[in-house]
Amino acid sequence: MSLELRNISRSFDGKQAVSNISFSAQPGEIIGILGTSGCGKSTLLRAISGLDSSYNGEIAINGNTTKEIRDTTGFIFQESRLFPWLTVLDNITFGLKGNKQDKIIRAKQYLEHVGLKECGELYPRQLSGGMAQRVAIARALVTSPEILLLDEPFSALDAFTKMQLQDLLLNIWKTYQSTIILVTHDIDEAIYLCNRIIILRGQPGKIDKEIEIKEPHPRDRGSKQLVEYKAKILDSLDLNKPSVKTS
Amino acid sequence: MAKHEGEIASSALVTNRTRGKKIRQVKTDFSGGKVIILGSVLPILLVIVWEILSRMGVFPAYQLPAPTTIIETIREMAQDGTLWTHIGVTTFRVFAGFALGTIVAIILGSFVGFYKKAEQIFDPMIQAFRSIPSLAWVPLFILWMGIGEPSKITMIAVGVFFPVYLNIVSGIMGVDRKLIEVGKMYGLNTFHLIRKVILPASLPSFLVGLRSGLGLGWMFVVAAELMGASQGLGYLLVLGQNTLSPEIIIASIILFAIIGKLSDWVLKLVEKRTLQWQDSLIKS
Ligand SMILES: Nc1ncnc2c1ncn2[C@@H]1O[C@H](COP(=O)(O)OP(=O)(O)O)[C@@H](O)[C@H]1O
Ligand SMILES: [Mg+2]
Repeated sequence: MSLELRNISRSFDGKQAVSNISFSAQPGEIIGILGTSGCGKSTLLRAISGLDSSYNGEIAINGNTTKEIRDTTGFIFQESRLFPWLTVLDNITFGLKGNKQDKIIRAKQYLEHVGLKECGELYPRQLSGGMAQRVAIARALVTSPEILLLDEPFSALDAFTKMQLQDLLLNIWKTYQSTIILVTHDIDEAIYLCNRIIILRGQPGKIDKEIEIKEPHPRDRGSKQLVEYKAKILDSLDLNKPSVKTS
Repeated sequence: MAKHEGEIASSALVTNRTRGKKIRQVKTDFSGGKVIILGSVLPILLVIVWEILSRMGVFPAYQLPAPTTIIETIREMAQDGTLWTHIGVTTFRVFAGFALGTIVAIILGSFVGFYKKAEQIFDPMIQAFRSIPSLAWVPLFILWMGIGEPSKITMIAVGVFFPVYLNIVSGIMGVDRKLIEVGKMYGLNTFHLIRKVILPASLPSFLVGLRSGLGLGWMFVVAAELMGASQGLGYLLVLGQNTLSPEIIIASIILFAIIGKLSDWVLKLVEKRTLQWQDSLIKS
């Protein structure tokens, strides 16, 4: 599954949020979109997902440029967005079509995959934040999306849960080889997970730099190479000098 | 997999916690029994005092008959069967009006909730009508439909309509956009979005509306039956007044209280069963 963005711009009430974004993703690539808050990361992701169709430019998925939601695209949001009236299992089968029995078998399989085998009958209110996000991951994966879009999926979680789920995501990616677009403002996360990092800057957001991370997975979070990449990214964001305002 | 252990442990913690909650709930149920006993001490005392004072002749029987006299009245009516007709007729009116009002509220409320245009067209008018005290319609309805069942049921339906309508509209409009987006991501069309996301999400609000609508239904049936009826609990009120028999009036009031409470209890049960996923209901 290939993804290509050509000159994407999006304005809200005459004010541009992103401007002239072009990049493409190879099948099975993990691309990070990194940038400070408000530089248009979510806007870009919503355009790719088809939730938003009022952008200018073209987004081609396997060469197809129609502006609509495709069932080959999965979306994981910052909040788990589970349906509170459905049990965990029903939440996961929500987007599946077909025979009920098959759906349940499939959902259980993914539930096990995210480490929540025992929790199928619970309601979302009974889950911790990390568990809820695991369910959201299972829900997005159960339809076998070829492109997985993630909008700061782990930013509301504590540091330990975050690392666990990052590893979970990598495991899943290894198994299913989906193309992943990961929006984040967490530099460590981007470096740990992505094959390529696209740095957005400014308002309206523009592509400032693309950095390829050649380290093979699994990576060592503390390795010298990753630290070097981090320094490079901080430099390019002007964040490495204490005198510069960081807001 | 070792990495997930922390999470799983925390999941075990959650189930433990819910179990703990259940135990505590049993306890509160138990103390709930105590609360009921505590709460009924005063009413029972009052009834006993009332009985004694009535027998001593402190309250004249033509104004406030003794509780036993009232129970006797109810028993007699039950025996000759009139009690069941009165209760049946009143209950039928309430439920007919309730059903009518609810159906109209669902139709209009869904339209107004779903379509911006419908909101702009209907809502201002409905809000204007809402500011009319509903009982003011009574003479007009009687003029239009006579004094029979149609005017009474319409009356009750008007009373039921507003709370149900308002809660449906606010329920639908209050559905979290974020959940709707999830539905869209799964390619749901409008119909399926409504059925699988919007309806379940607005159900709590709808049920709140139903319960307050039913309460108003009982209120309006009294008004409707006071206006003129030959059967029903409200008719008993008028009868008691005209025949100077306060025991009939008080009997009717007590029956209203019991049936009203009973019907609300049924709705509450429905609410509890359908909304078991909600946080607040577990606590209460
Ligand atoms: N629905 C919207 N209406 C108006 N402005 C919006 C909307 N969505 C985003 N914006 C604006 O677009 C810019 C980028 O927002 P967003 O994509 O959410 O940033 P990020 O996800 O990088 O934090 C912000 O200035 C924001 O105010
Ligand atoms: Mg965002």
